[in-house]
Amino acid sequence: MTVYLFYLLSFIAILCGLMVVVSKNPVNSVLFLIMTFFAIAGHYLLLGAQFLAAVHIIVYAGAIMVLFLYVIMMMNFNKNSEPSKTAISQIIATIAGGILLITLVGALRVSDAEIVSGTIDKSIGTVGNLGKVLFGKFLLPFEVSSLLFLAGMTGVVLLGKKNES
Amino acid sequence: MQTLQTVPINMYILLSAVLFSIGVFGVLLRRNAIIIFMCIELMLNAVNLLLVAFSTYLGDADGQVFVFFIMAVAAAEVAVGLAILTMIYRNTGSVDIEVLNKLKN
Repeated sequence: MTVYLFYLLSFIAILCGLMVVVSKNPVNSVLFLIMTFFAIAGHYLLLGAQFLAAVHIIVYAGAIMVLFLYVIMMMNFNKNSEPSKTAISQIIATIAGGILLITLVGALRVSDAEIVSGTIDKSIGTVGNLGKVLFGKFLLPFEVSSLLFLAGMTGVVLLGKKNES
Repeated sequence: MQTLQTVPINMYILLSAVLFSIGVFGVLLRRNAIIIFMCIELMLNAVNLLLVAFSTYLGDADGQVFVFFIMAVAAAEVAVGLAILTMIYRNTGSVDIEVLNKLKN
């Protein structure tokens, strides 16, 4: 059962990921990327990371992709206005991506690091357990990330302001 | 809660490698800067998936906290990046990366 679900979710993720790259309309790309994120959230649930699955849906599908859609609509991109690259660049891009994939798969094949255990503990992904780790061991990075958000917010406001001069 | 995991970790590594390669392929292939941003998000998600898989298989919660931080950084990165893109669009009227070659000469 889990195996079939894994293969189904993997198929959806890879197919929609490819459609993000090849679809001409940017709005379609955004929608396919949302599908990919939902498939990845399903993978998180299969792995027992319930908290991360919820946060993933909220942050990515709920916030980031809405921001993308908003910017695309603001720039009026819902038409096929993008000229494609030259054929030689497209071939080179395909070859480079394929070589990267072959390298990664080859490295996986020659590595003999087997960490597959028969039983795994799925309770580490619950909200309570993750909260204990996040507010114990990782308290300082958590606080520093708030500074990152403050800096990001200031930068966005400064960049997005209309130039008066 | 101990459960039997039937999917080997190699499958998760393979899936992450494929998703990451699709992201790199998209960055090299497309000219629209917004789609390049989306492909970067795809690559970040491939890494996140691998971190969660290793965290679960090794029984260590640190990996999932890392994923949480990566999501926070990705949110900030997208906000700033889209603001920069909006400003570029306002100044040049396009987000085609072939147009943005002013540094070349």
